[in-house]
Amino acid sequence: MTNVKSKPGSILIKGGHVIDPAAKINALMDVLLRDSRVAEIALPNKIRGGADEKFDACGLIVAPGFIDLHVHLREPGQSYKETIASGTAAAAAGGFTSVCTMPNTAPVVDTDEWVGWLRDPERGAVVNVFPIAAATRSSRGATLTDFAALQRAGAVAVTDDGKPILDDEIMRAALRLGAELNLPVVQHAEDTRLTERCSMHEGPTSFRLGLRGMPASAEASVVDRDVTLAQQVRESRLHVAHLSTSDALKAVRRGKRGLHNARVTCRVTCEVTPHHFTLLDEDVGEYNTNFKMNPPLRSASDREAILVALADGTVDAIATDHAPHAMHEKEVEFERAAFGITGLETALALALTKLHREHKIPLTRIVELFTAGPARAFDLRERGSLVRDNFADVTIFDPKKRWTFEAAGSRSLSRNTPFDGSQFTGKVVATIVGGKIVYRAD
Amino acid sequence: MMQRLRSYAMNKPARGSLLGIEHLESKEILGLLKLARRMNPLRARPLLRNKRIVLLFYEPSTRTRSSFEIAAKTLGAITTLVQASGSSIEKGESLLDTGATLRAVGADAIVLRHPRAGAPHLLAKHLDIPVINAGDGMHEHPSQALLDAFTILKHKKSFKGLQVAIIGDIYHSRVARSACHLLTKFGVKVTLCGPPEFVPEVAATLAPGLRVSRHPEEAVRGADVIMLLRLQKERLAGQKIRLQDYIAHYQLTPSRLKLAKRDAIVMHPGPIIRGLELTGEVADGPQSAILDEVHNGVPTRMAILARAVGKTK
Repeated sequence: MTNVKSKPGSILIKGGHVIDPAAKINALMDVLLRDSRVAEIALPNKIRGGADEKFDACGLIVAPGFIDLHVHLREPGQSYKETIASGTAAAAAGGFTSVCTMPNTAPVVDTDEWVGWLRDPERGAVVNVFPIAAATRSSRGATLTDFAALQRAGAVAVTDDGKPILDDEIMRAALRLGAELNLPVVQHAEDTRLTERCSMHEGPTSFRLGLRGMPASAEASVVDRDVTLAQQVRESRLHVAHLSTSDALKAVRRGKRGLHNARVTCRVTCEVTPHHFTLLDEDVGEYNTNFKMNPPLRSASDREAILVALADGTVDAIATDHAPHAMHEKEVEFERAAFGITGLETALALALTKLHREHKIPLTRIVELFTAGPARAFDLRERGSLVRDNFADVTIFDPKKRWTFEAAGSRSLSRNTPFDGSQFTGKVVATIVGGKIVYRAD
Repeated sequence: MMQRLRSYAMNKPARGSLLGIEHLESKEILGLLKLARRMNPLRARPLLRNKRIVLLFYEPSTRTRSSFEIAAKTLGAITTLVQASGSSIEKGESLLDTGATLRAVGADAIVLRHPRAGAPHLLAKHLDIPVINAGDGMHEHPSQALLDAFTILKHKKSFKGLQVAIIGDIYHSRVARSACHLLTKFGVKVTLCGPPEFVPEVAATLAPGLRVSRHPEEAVRGADVIMLLRLQKERLAGQKIRLQDYIAHYQLTPSRLKLAKRDAIVMHPGPIIRGLELTGEVADGPQSAILDEVHNGVPTRMAILARAVGKTK
């Protein structure tokens, strides 16, 4: 799908350093976009013929359009927090050309009509919107939704995000139905029986603050169970959302090893958020609700394990879990405050500043985590790579640009970010969706 | 002049606020204790004349509420009690809006008791008048820790070399957290004692110099002070430990008390339950400082309020 209203002209992106891990390109290349597709990619100055527009990308990285597997755009029903128009504008500013929207809206996106509604150009999206539909009716965990109808309407995965599927039978049934349709089942892994009334990670900080803590095992036990179930269902697809603990990573590794075992044919993928690879539970400070999200910020050893898994290929994608909330939902007692933070506009900057500069993860790997990785996880065809005839979704960024993020200038309707005033190295310069520039830095 | 309902900017708490013990410096604590010693609840001193102190209580309280009220009135202040029931809080007014309303009414300081950890910090960040924490969830209860320190210093020459055992449900206790912060700042050796459900290993990370023990005999042996905490029966409900086991293993009995130093004192923030965390004999015995603590609550809170409005001379 595209959200482009008028037919785009052609753009020639000249002199940039193209990093396209799926196509194994890491070199100076020119890219010609025409009729919302990639028309040609070639060594510098080798593309003949004119273009309506030239984009000088000297000194910049040219990458396939970034894909965010996990955003909450709050429509239908909660447009005071975010709308598809405002959320996708923030996505564009963050370099994302495609976002996958979570179904925990009001009402829950559990019918093909709502999936269609989300994709309607009337919503005013400026980047591609790929809905993830509810796995069970109203996400109550009791009755599966009509996966086939949801998929036909455009859903790319199913989930009960925020309300994990704990019942073994329902989870297995979801994996079975998903396997038939090649549809990933996305799990927010949290054993809610262990996290009742909890508002942060269980550890020294939660004890000090007198807050009930979510044990790391509440995540790991569900991932472990899900991997076991997935391995029992032929060709099932399990995607672990916003993975945050070291033990959950062990379970994912066990699931991925299954790929090399002829008898096990399931596919297990996972995503990690920028805040989990950047922050720790102790950063909550004195009850700062902009550091409250679910899964919560974890311990230093969990973050260390995540950094290793980002580098070694265990993690498939960086996803933001962009979760906007109004001021009055955050400026309350910590335990009563809504879970979640915004993240679309800071994700790349955090990846470049933390992963690349500080932890020396190569740019190619970082680009993979934003492009080829997520495209493969959800089978987003003809995206995540700049090979000829793919969709003309491109993200252009300056890996050396120093800047300061100001929440007040955010394109999101909400301001609930822990990174207000943070200094970053690396910034999005332009975002192109279907051959049309939807964001350009001043 | 129009007053904004509240400032959205996160500010530093107003001078004179008392949110917790953790971030107080030991000289501030000693200053408060010195001031408390000069306060005489039997003699009115108009340090707070014409000041309006609002007692904002979201939870029931006998000791803390009455002693703050008596302390404020003894110093000449006007006090108002606002409770969750029978106020706009019942109608869904947020903590910050309630705080802004009380500020607009003319409050000079707010004493807040709240079931949620961190509530006083939130209020203090958005108000320009002092906020005094009278207990927030499982977090801190600084005035209790100060009156306990005051009580200890009435019986012991100084904190130097003291050994303190705190027995009971540490996990749920704001009293225990504040006491640990306060005592360890003065080098007191504190042993936390109880079953793992109530004293998880992580408790030892709260402050330097804390130790966890599962055996009350070990914790009590040689102690100068034994602090007991109230055991809430409803909290045992979800736990593995049975009431009878708890009593058998952890109750402070005269024979366990004998293991402590001969001049050891027994403390308890109240309300006590005889026959549960301690026997009636111990509660009423010569080493019991339990009613002393209640008595010392008033001068300690007078000192806290005087500091809040800047009258520390």
